[in-house]
Amino acid sequence: MASSREIKRRIRSVKNVAQITRAMEMVAASKMRRAQRNVLATRPYADRMRDIVGDLTSRMVGGARKGTLLDVRADSNKVALIVVTPDRGLAGSLTSNVLRRVGRFILEQQEQGRTVETFAYGKKGRDFLSRSGQNLQAEAIKLGDAPALEQILGVATAALSRAQAGEYSEVYLIYSEFINTLVQRPTLKKLVPVETPEASDGSRLDFTYEPNQEQVLAELLPRYVETQIYQAILESIASFYSAQMVAMRNATRSARDLVRDLTLSYNKARQAAITKEVSEISSGAAALAEA
Amino acid sequence: MPIHLEIITAERVVLVDDVDLISAPTKDGRVGILPRHAPLLTILEPGELGIVKGGVRTPFAVSGGFMEVLPTRVTILADTVERADEIDEARAEAARKLAEERKQMAQSERDAAIAEAKLRKEMARLQVARLKETSRRQ
Repeated sequence: MASSREIKRRIRSVKNVAQITRAMEMVAASKMRRAQRNVLATRPYADRMRDIVGDLTSRMVGGARKGTLLDVRADSNKVALIVVTPDRGLAGSLTSNVLRRVGRFILEQQEQGRTVETFAYGKKGRDFLSRSGQNLQAEAIKLGDAPALEQILGVATAALSRAQAGEYSEVYLIYSEFINTLVQRPTLKKLVPVETPEASDGSRLDFTYEPNQEQVLAELLPRYVETQIYQAILESIASFYSAQMVAMRNATRSARDLVRDLTLSYNKARQAAITKEVSEISSGAAALAEA
Repeated sequence: MPIHLEIITAERVVLVDDVDLISAPTKDGRVGILPRHAPLLTILEPGELGIVKGGVRTPFAVSGGFMEVLPTRVTILADTVERADEIDEARAEAARKLAEERKQMAQSERDAAIAEAKLRKEMARLQVARLKETSRRQ
């Protein structure tokens, strides 16, 4: 059995760990709430964008779709994959779940004879993709807790303009969907070809488009897809902080359990030492009395 | 009858108000929107977005986006939007200079196009920053 001094030292260090994980849990909880607010704040824009795209596409005739993100050239055997992960760890299995989904997707595509080129948001995904040699084309890391749409455009635009130029037959997105504090799900979404949203009531009106319908669509569609990517990034941030909060709560609990166990062993060791001392004294006294 | 105006960016809802007139910079030039305008969907250019309410014109700097006009409702989906009096002129000037340098340093055609777009946004911001809230008789 370890000496009581050693046990005491371990108790102290585990208590320190518990203090740190507890602090991290509280920080993550407050950042999670803010991240959730940011996800909600982008809804009005995304909803209006979807309505407008829905109205516009419902009035397009077949030919006008050619060469837009609605109808990219499909004969390329290359697809693009955009991976959204956090920059940091200490969030339980969040990142590894997303990356496992990425691995499976790439294998599935390769079995169908396609090449996957990747685009990364977040350091964890970037590291994984470049380490495993997955044709990383562009990356954006350290975007912070509340990136603006403008900040995320670089990578998205790179992927979309190449899709529009006919280089990719499809563009996919994998990110961690925020369901609730306890559940985050790695999710695969097909971005291109763009699935046309349903038209809203406004579609009955006779719109004028300036400069013209084709140009409006050509500007609108990339922004529509970029908005989806932006939402995914915000959801991934919310997922990260809730996963981190839960992971840190578990860590704090384990540390406290460990402190309890260690305190028990410490008391046992101390009791054993006392008992030993007493029995030495009493056996010494008994030996003297016999003599 | 006023127009119900909503200005929305990807990050937040910037403004919801009933206004009398909207003057917006578009690809085909400046358009003025009064109530009962015909339905219109147009692309916005970097420039000054003027909102007139009760004879007072409030200038905003918009960097691009879309405007959907319905007879009684206008929605502006802006890339970025700032009220003129929220823009720090000195910082806007510094950003414009930086954009200009970038444009001159650009190696490829694509970089040059990006820098050019950035420069136009910064010039629009600066121009709007210099506008004060102006009264205008209706």
